[in-house]
Amino acid sequence: MAVGKSIIRKEAWDKVTGRAKYTNDFKEPGMLHASLVTSPYAHARILSLEARRALAAPGVHAVVVGEGLPLTGEDMRDRPPIAVDKVRYYGEVVAVVVADTLAQAEQAARLVRVVYEPLPAVGSPREALKKGAPLLHEHLDRYEKNKTTHPEPGTNVAHRTKIRKGNIEQGFAESDVIVETSVSFAPSDHIAMETRCATAEIWPDGTIHISASSQSPFMIKKLLHAYFGEETGKVIVHTPLVGGAYGGKAPVQLELLAYLASKAVGGRKVSVWNSREHDMVTSPVHIGLEATVKIGATKDGLFKAMEILFLFDGGAYSDKAIDVSRAAAVDCTGPYHVENVFCDSLCVYTNRPYATPFRSFGHCEQAFAIERAIDELAQELQLDPWEVRRKNAIHPGHTTPTQVRLTKSNVGNMPACLDRLRELMHWDEWQRVEVDAYTVRAKGIGAGWKTSTIDTDASSGVILTFNSDGSVNVISGVVEIGTGTKTVLAQIVAERLKMDVDQVHVKMDIDTQTTPEHWKTVASRGTFMAGRAALAAADDAIRQLKDIAACVLRASPDDLEVGFGRVFLRDDPAIFLPIKDIAYGYKFPNGNAIGGQVIGHGHYILRRLTPLDPKTGAGKPGPEWGVCAEGVEIEFNRRDYTYRIVKAYAVIDAGKVLNPKAALGQAMGAMSMGLSFASREGFLFDKEQRVLNPQLRTYRPIRFGEHPEYIVEFVETPQIDAPYGARGIGEHGLIAMPAALANALSLAAGVPLNKLPLVPELIWRTQKGDSYGSV
Amino acid sequence: MVPFDFAYYRPQSITEATALFAALERDGKRPLYYGGGTEIITLSRLNLVRTAAVIDIKAIPECRALDVGHDSLVLGAALSLAELEEANPFPLLTKAAREVADRTARNQITLGGNICGQIFYRETALPLFVAEADAIIAGPYGIRQCRFLDLFHQQLQLGRGEFVVQFKVDRAAATLPHFHRKRRKQGEVGYPLVTIVALKKDGTVRVALSGVCPFPFRSAEVEAHVNDRSRPVGERIQAAVDAFPRPILHDIEGSADYRLFVAAQLLEDMLGELGDRETV
Amino acid sequence: MEETTKRELVLSINGERRSIVARQSETLLFVLRDGLGLTGAKPGCLNGDCGACTVLVDGTPIKSCMMLAIETVDKDITTIEGLDDAPIQHAFVRHFAFQCGYCTPGFIMNAHALIERRPNADEATIQEWLESNICRCTSYQEIEAAVKEVLEAKKAKPTDP
Ligand SMILES: Cc1cc2nc3c(=O)[nH]c(=O)nc-3n(C[C@H](O)[C@H](O)[C@H](O)COP(=O)(O)OP(=O)(O)OC[C@H]3O[C@@H](n4cnc5c(N)ncnc54)[C@H](O)[C@@H]3O)c2cc1C
Ligand code: FES
Ligand code: FES
Repeated sequence: MAVGKSIIRKEAWDKVTGRAKYTNDFKEPGMLHASLVTSPYAHARILSLEARRALAAPGVHAVVVGEGLPLTGEDMRDRPPIAVDKVRYYGEVVAVVVADTLAQAEQAARLVRVVYEPLPAVGSPREALKKGAPLLHEHLDRYEKNKTTHPEPGTNVAHRTKIRKGNIEQGFAESDVIVETSVSFAPSDHIAMETRCATAEIWPDGTIHISASSQSPFMIKKLLHAYFGEETGKVIVHTPLVGGAYGGKAPVQLELLAYLASKAVGGRKVSVWNSREHDMVTSPVHIGLEATVKIGATKDGLFKAMEILFLFDGGAYSDKAIDVSRAAAVDCTGPYHVENVFCDSLCVYTNRPYATPFRSFGHCEQAFAIERAIDELAQELQLDPWEVRRKNAIHPGHTTPTQVRLTKSNVGNMPACLDRLRELMHWDEWQRVEVDAYTVRAKGIGAGWKTSTIDTDASSGVILTFNSDGSVNVISGVVEIGTGTKTVLAQIVAERLKMDVDQVHVKMDIDTQTTPEHWKTVASRGTFMAGRAALAAADDAIRQLKDIAACVLRASPDDLEVGFGRVFLRDDPAIFLPIKDIAYGYKFPNGNAIGGQVIGHGHYILRRLTPLDPKTGAGKPGPEWGVCAEGVEIEFNRRDYTYRIVKAYAVIDAGKVLNPKAALGQAMGAMSMGLSFASREGFLFDKEQRVLNPQLRTYRPIRFGEHPEYIVEFVETPQIDAPYGARGIGEHGLIAMPAALANALSLAAGVPLNKLPLVPELIWRTQKGDSYGSV
Repeated sequence: MVPFDFAYYRPQSITEATALFAALERDGKRPLYYGGGTEIITLSRLNLVRTAAVIDIKAIPECRALDVGHDSLVLGAALSLAELEEANPFPLLTKAAREVADRTARNQITLGGNICGQIFYRETALPLFVAEADAIIAGPYGIRQCRFLDLFHQQLQLGRGEFVVQFKVDRAAATLPHFHRKRRKQGEVGYPLVTIVALKKDGTVRVALSGVCPFPFRSAEVEAHVNDRSRPVGERIQAAVDAFPRPILHDIEGSADYRLFVAAQLLEDMLGELGDRETV
Repeated sequence: MEETTKRELVLSINGERRSIVARQSETLLFVLRDGLGLTGAKPGCLNGDCGACTVLVDGTPIKSCMMLAIETVDKDITTIEGLDDAPIQHAFVRHFAFQCGYCTPGFIMNAHALIERRPNADEATIQEWLESNICRCTSYQEIEAAVKEVLEAKKAKPTDP
């Protein structure tokens, strides 16, 4: 019925007519506006802050500074919401100016005088780990943290995840070759087209009303409680449509500023809206990485051991970067069976913008390292890189790096993805051809997998209410960030209730007071968790409908079916009641009534997840592993080092495709993001670690016409637990793209390209043998 | 978003504009002539421009002129780059204009604004350099016409209160064989790594570049090397590159040595395309 | 704030005359959104780089974050709210040419102008126009399909002069 069809997203017409509203589209008279005063230094002591002139400027109501505020951070509380004493990254907030209009706030922000004493800035994880490197957090030992965070006081290590599986020495001893590869890339950004925005208002009754462009409206409630002691019941968060997120809107930052600003002006409504520049550097960014991978293998390419060091550039504050570094460790080997694994994944402090999940949550980063190493190994052994991957592909019966045994249900079909990719790409026909004196065509591939390392007690709830015409409303805490998840929920509900999906309405906005919680709209978990909750809610509604109908039809509920807008007798569908006649209870002809409004509810909580053992990493971090195989075909000019991405391929195990066109869109969008990241994105820093390109003028993502042809196919290996078997697909398109592009270009140019972004100058320099640093 | 306030004026004539400027200047308003306004607006937001008054020149008929005369083309400074592309009176200018910013932005960016703005690439100056165009300039003392190149030293040397009304291009020059190429760090939209424009007249190549230095330039010394047919192409190019003015840009778009590498290749492409590779 | 720089502007928007008091230095984008409640045009960068704020002025797409509202007096402004069932809107829906929808109003306005102004647009022209807008969600392939479909349909059914 509804599942498996390309149902058009429910909010489609709102979006093509300009009716769709995002946080910053809601304005009301009397609302105040904030402007952020940010640090021009990456590391400096704040000697003084003088706000008198700003306060005297026209329209200004308050200048909020950092003194006396609690430290914040989801895993470890290391970040003041507004810097005090010290700034640790370029763009860090030092004051918030609140005024009648945005123009006034911005004018006044320029009048805040801050005197800084610059300190030496730490520019990369390796630099940060050097002996004698300046320490970002002198009091790392004193920070409040959760049980799974392991900082190393006296160093710049915010957290270390250790994976110890098998016996690494033995693995290398059994290897014929050992290849070591190092890769790196600087932090970059999500650049959602909608910059982050939050408003806050505190009502006389003490309720705090927040509106936020956020993937985590429910987390905002919890954190306002954790940080400021506000009662969670008094915090009401509203999230309308979100204009792109990709992980970047999972952390809670501007919401805290809006709350503090509102408090400073007697509870009036204040809007904090990021400029593009602030959105890029002041708010959390896509993590950077320096990694070394050592693979030991037999002559015929069988992996025996992997030793991996991930040094994640978490930036100035750990926040969600710790989680990202852990997620990469959990799946550190890539989708391959490796018996002996030794991995240290560090979340390192540097004087750079602080990091947060980026679509694929540590996996495109991890895959770039592993998949480059595999290509180098294949080259060393003179083996076909596809063969090497195929030979080592993970499958049921194997164990993951954290020693979870894989089953047919909890892992997708990696060999099938690789096989199909090989066919689609005509891999065997050629991998590198010289078209003319300068033009080379080349192909590169990579594979990926991912589990979602989310909180072990994360849950999701769904409520279904009926309308008097028999149609249904779906109310879920999943935020509509563009993934179309709410439409898929409608499909799931329609399928279960056997009704037309047009009769299933979706409440798009979130209001935490009336919407059941969905932990966070991250990690491709919307369809799985909210989908399960939706099924449970549908079953609940079905039970209620049957109960009412059973009375009226004088039949056992067991003999009834719900579908096609009716409740009917299974063995005689001619005997039925329209749902619309019982959705609000049933009124007999004589006026007697039974039942009441049918309200279905359901929830889902992930089961049997466990934290990782701090010594070995053993543990069950996520419910299932989705897999993918991806490839890129490029045309490279050996004279001028320019290239064109001609085709991009992905084969993804979707479990079950619930909405084909939407799934395709998710996959292609993710691929585009991966190619853009790999080919042209990344922050450029000067020696003092100031970001030089915090604008779309100079930080240029892929544009129309620069896109390759996308070829995407899905394999369907159902995950038994998931709604209709569907696996998460929102991120997989991205995972192997950077690696595949680098592999293709390395083959074309004949030199290993292990840094991103892959701009022509990088290739030129690598071929010349120069190092390529920041300018 | 312009955080501060300014007053907006839209004079209908040149004399009205210059008189307004003088009056506003006397009042301490530090007025700016306003073409497409794209740079004034975007740099105001970043606190890189500040003024209390802008004088929009788009309603001045001369600034909007686009005349293809018998001997010369007249190009109003307030024509948008897109208008110039569409009318295509000067194909080399069309090519240079077409690579500036993006199409929608070019519906607003004016020729005068691109050349007189702070953003130093000023790519549409290049075709005007090699075509040896004249600039018609209005100011407090009236209107003057001068060779554009003579007045351009890293940027157009305008007196206080002056603005460019038009450019005049020799019609014959506009139809000469030419070459244009823009190379970016990556992709098809964005600032140049190197933009090169060349035109061949009477067997001599004229060449101008943007993106190499923090200003666009045409240099007699560089051209002398480029045209020195007594030497092999490789040497000509190397000598030309060595003669580039300094400093060579070394920034987020690319390093100095990479820019020189790209510039040398583009010079080679240019000589190849203009049929000027042989040594005599 | 010096009230003296505010002025009453009468703008012609989506076929209606709307009067508004605004600072002379206010951009069209802010006047549309905050002054007139037309929030379809989106701020994405306020720097001319992303195209989310694209609207039509006398049928020409412009980035409303870098045009003053006062410049548009006596001109016809069309925003996404003024499109009435345009073929490109249908094509965007059919081809799943958006996800979060934030870039969509700008993209649609630009594509609509392209279709109206250049019904015979070739590949190069399509790219030249549409590279003015950034979409972070889609792969652009969906947008390309939508735009080409409308152009093809238009070619197949030329309107009488
Ligand atoms: C998105 C974007 C991308 C860009 N990309 C490029 C690029 O790739 N290559 C490139 O070369 N440039 C690029 N630029 C720079 C652009 O060409 C300049 O910013 C130019 O100023 C814009 O023209 P305008 O008419 O809008 O100028 P305005 O904003 O009106 O004016 C800019 C300056 O020039 C002065 N001015 C304007 N007209 C005249 C005149 N007739 N006489 C004297 N002074 C005058 C003004 O007083 C002001 O100081 C880009 C700009 C943007 C916004
Ligand atoms: S907001 Fe106008 S171009 Fe980005
Ligand atoms: S649909 Fe989200 S940016 Fe285009």
